[in-house]
Amino acid sequence: MSDFPFLSVLTVAPLVGALVVAVLPRRRPELAKQVALGWSLLVLALSVVMWVTWQTGGDRFQFRESYPWIPNWGVNFTFAADGIALVMLMLIALLVPLVILASWHDAESSKRSVPVYFALLLVLECTMIGVFAAADVFLFYVFFEVMLVPMYFLIGSYGGHQRQYAAVKFFLYSLVGGLFMLAAVIGLWVVGGKTFDWVALSQVDISTGAERWLFLGFFIAFAIKAPFFPFHTWLPDAGGAAPAGAAALLVGVLDKVGTFGLLRYCLPLFPDAARWFAPWALALGVIGIIYAALLAIGQNDLKRLVSYTSIAHFGFIGVGIFAFTSQAATGAVLYMVNHGLATGLLFLVVGMLVARRGSALISDFGGAGKLVPLLAGVLFFAGLASLALPGTAPFISEFLVLIGTFSVNKPVAVIATLGIILAAAYVLWMVQRTTQGTLNPALTEVEGMKRDLNLREKVVVAPLVALIVLLGFYPKPVTDVINPAVQATMQDIGKTDPAPSAGTPQEASR
Amino acid sequence: MSELKLPSIDYAALAPTLILLGAALVGVLVEAFVPRRLRHVVQLAVALLAVLGALTMVVLNANDRLITIGGAIAIDGPALFLQGAILVLAAMALLLIGERTVERGGAFVAQAAVTAESADDRRQAEGAPGATEVYPLTSFAVGGMLIFVAANDLLTMFIALEVFSLPLYLLCALARRRRLLSQEAAMKYFLLGAYASAFFLFGVALVYGFTAGTPGRAAGVDFATIHAAVGESSSSSVLLFGGMALIAIGLLFKAGAAPFHVWTPDVYQGAPTPITGFMAACTKVAAFGALLRVFHVAFEGARWDFTPVLGVVAVLTMLVGAVLAVTQTDIKRLLAYSSIANAGYLLVGVLAPTSDGVSGTMFYLVAYGFSVLAAFAVVTLVRDADGEATHLSRWAGLGQRSPFYAGLFTFILLAFAGIPLTSGFTSKFAVFSAAFDGGQGWLVIAGVLTSMVLAFPYLRVVVLMWLSEPGESTPAVVMPGWLTSAALTIGVVATLVLGVFPQPLLDLAAGAAEFVR
Repeated sequence: MSDFPFLSVLTVAPLVGALVVAVLPRRRPELAKQVALGWSLLVLALSVVMWVTWQTGGDRFQFRESYPWIPNWGVNFTFAADGIALVMLMLIALLVPLVILASWHDAESSKRSVPVYFALLLVLECTMIGVFAAADVFLFYVFFEVMLVPMYFLIGSYGGHQRQYAAVKFFLYSLVGGLFMLAAVIGLWVVGGKTFDWVALSQVDISTGAERWLFLGFFIAFAIKAPFFPFHTWLPDAGGAAPAGAAALLVGVLDKVGTFGLLRYCLPLFPDAARWFAPWALALGVIGIIYAALLAIGQNDLKRLVSYTSIAHFGFIGVGIFAFTSQAATGAVLYMVNHGLATGLLFLVVGMLVARRGSALISDFGGAGKLVPLLAGVLFFAGLASLALPGTAPFISEFLVLIGTFSVNKPVAVIATLGIILAAAYVLWMVQRTTQGTLNPALTEVEGMKRDLNLREKVVVAPLVALIVLLGFYPKPVTDVINPAVQATMQDIGKTDPAPSAGTPQEASR
Repeated sequence: MSELKLPSIDYAALAPTLILLGAALVGVLVEAFVPRRLRHVVQLAVALLAVLGALTMVVLNANDRLITIGGAIAIDGPALFLQGAILVLAAMALLLIGERTVERGGAFVAQAAVTAESADDRRQAEGAPGATEVYPLTSFAVGGMLIFVAANDLLTMFIALEVFSLPLYLLCALARRRRLLSQEAAMKYFLLGAYASAFFLFGVALVYGFTAGTPGRAAGVDFATIHAAVGESSSSSVLLFGGMALIAIGLLFKAGAAPFHVWTPDVYQGAPTPITGFMAACTKVAAFGALLRVFHVAFEGARWDFTPVLGVVAVLTMLVGAVLAVTQTDIKRLLAYSSIANAGYLLVGVLAPTSDGVSGTMFYLVAYGFSVLAAFAVVTLVRDADGEATHLSRWAGLGQRSPFYAGLFTFILLAFAGIPLTSGFTSKFAVFSAAFDGGQGWLVIAGVLTSMVLAFPYLRVVVLMWLSEPGESTPAVVMPGWLTSAALTIGVVATLVLGVFPQPLLDLAAGAAEFVR
């Protein structure tokens, strides 16, 4: 079974599903939804099989496949997954069916075609899987750029208030980053001897000056994508305007492409430049943590608030990546997964609230917990997970990032820790203003607020809640997969942990 | 007195050009002898058959590498590749030119001599069958282009330039609607084009003077003589640089590069849309084919002298095209500025000093030609009672009225913006990677930066079509006839295929990248 071409099949399958869904008659939206859901569950089943087939402690890259594409330029369809990519693929495969289920009625509020909405979600899944599964820089770039197109239409055609502005801003920001990366990709291709293969490129020696420029090209693209301060301004607009399901995928997965890219491309391909730029990247991360948290406290729009919390979290991930200790890096990768779960849940629950109230403004709520206790409870839980309460999964990752950073860079770790306090402030205050306190009389008039979670919505939130608790107490299955990949990345960059037992003579001499 | 020696002529190698020019003459006879109601069909058939016949000859000649007719014409890899490209794109353009179901009588005026805006003019605009002279004119233009990309000396090149320019000036003036705009465009194109030709000719004279200083060789304007002179001539290099600059001006004018681009938006807007597409695709191929040959064959030795200057021109062209495209409110003008920016990207390929640069530029020309013809094909379809609705505000909400055609146009715009899996991306990659490899990294940076700017106007059109609500005045897309459908299909399919599987054409271009001298 390990010879089965998992990655290419996983990439292509959603695309086929999207074509099927897109040609379904527009008058039968129910059928389109069911087919899309079924298809995404199929993809999930396949990725579970892949997860089981994965050999923990085996090669760094597994499931490698390669087919020639454009031999003149040395481009191949090369797919391979390391542990980091594997957990992200699982996250995608898990989130997409949940998002489809959660968006069951989202597309109906607009006048646009319902089947197309679900087809776009599946196209998005195809490109997201492709971007994590690619092991050819050209192929990665192709998916990185094409990913924009379905997201652009999801926001622009099915989004809420200011969707046009948000969609264009999202597209232009990402495209600008992508074009910087294109210049760097071409440069890398030239200095790397006209190959795009990741393994070959990671062994190329590049002169210091060229390495720094190329690093910068990739870094800008990923920093916009992630997004890090000061490239973040598109995310609140896009997250605020996107339909809740698409927003959950946007911050839950799409933005992880940026942090994943840093780990997979920036660090191993340009190790010296990465060390040279690390103080700057750490500074951006720390500023992001504090600045975005402060902005989140001030938000009156639920979806924008969640978007700002994500920017703060990406600051943590950035700090974890550029601290260059295996604890911090493992924490960062784990953070990527947990943040996908927690913020995905938060976005979906907020979407349910907004759909009921017909408004995303916090001031339009108040005491909602008395009307929809279960929904309010899940919101509270998602909020607690998002502020990294011990016992929820994000706590472990945040803690790992902080101790991993503290061992090498105390000031950064101390300032970042302040972010936890601010996180408590924005989450608790948001929960208090929406669900606690005296009941806002206007809420009782709204028809939607009389219905608590229905079965479909319970099915959406249950797996996420369960996983957050489970990974909060027992993260080993995930860390076992992540650890070897992180160790290898740290070796690529020639950094060892400061603990006395970690450094071996060969590594120290690198 | 020595006997006059006739140069040997390889008729098979020249066959594509001869077929086209012959067909043009036949077309003139058809005008005289075939009854009016049959003329359109007969002319279209003659022109299309000639183009396809010439294309067949190009394919049969594919392995020729020779110089014939006394050193005037070089049939080598680039010449054959570019001739093939011109013929394929011309066939597509002919399909658009021949369309008569979208508008009664076609896109061309019935009698160009009728005073514009007069009562007679309004009567003919209502549906009198359009002038069929456009077919022989197009055939002449294509024939001239075929010589232009194969010319092996500067005088032949000049004659070819005139042969394909004069019919184009006329064709621009033949729009059925908005005739004043069309005539103004033709006038502007003609006057500026005449200046450019004069510059070119003056440059030829200076270069001739320069070659006179080569020891042991007679003066001449064929490329081998010029090439030898660049290394050895004892003449003042002022002659060389002056001549080179003037020749470049003449060619860059046709290519639509800044600062010689000012005619482009007006002419693209005023000309009948099928002709605009023809110019955007085929004239670009011809002009860049000539630029490649002149700078890679004749002036190769002066590379270090011309590269910085042409590099500045390239950067300026990309900047002007991209920045001014942002402010446009007319789709045809927007596409005109986009074609200027694309001329800049093509120049980046021309300046890459390797055979990869030549093949990349040729690949770009073909890919861009297909996309731009498809784009103009869609423009001909969006119309109301007064003809094409080219103002962008009229395109608002088109995606809801006609999702299929709006979808095709969106795809083409994404290709122009260089999104992967379209030919726009692969062709940009081809020229940028060649330039980077050739040590012209600064041009690549400029190209990437201007691509960012240029993405905005394309995106604006996409937003208008899909995300805006249809206004009262949003026209529907009319059903295209089979000719336009065929052209549109070919263009869109080529844009996709060259984006996903560019390998065959890349191979073809790479195998045809060596010039003979």
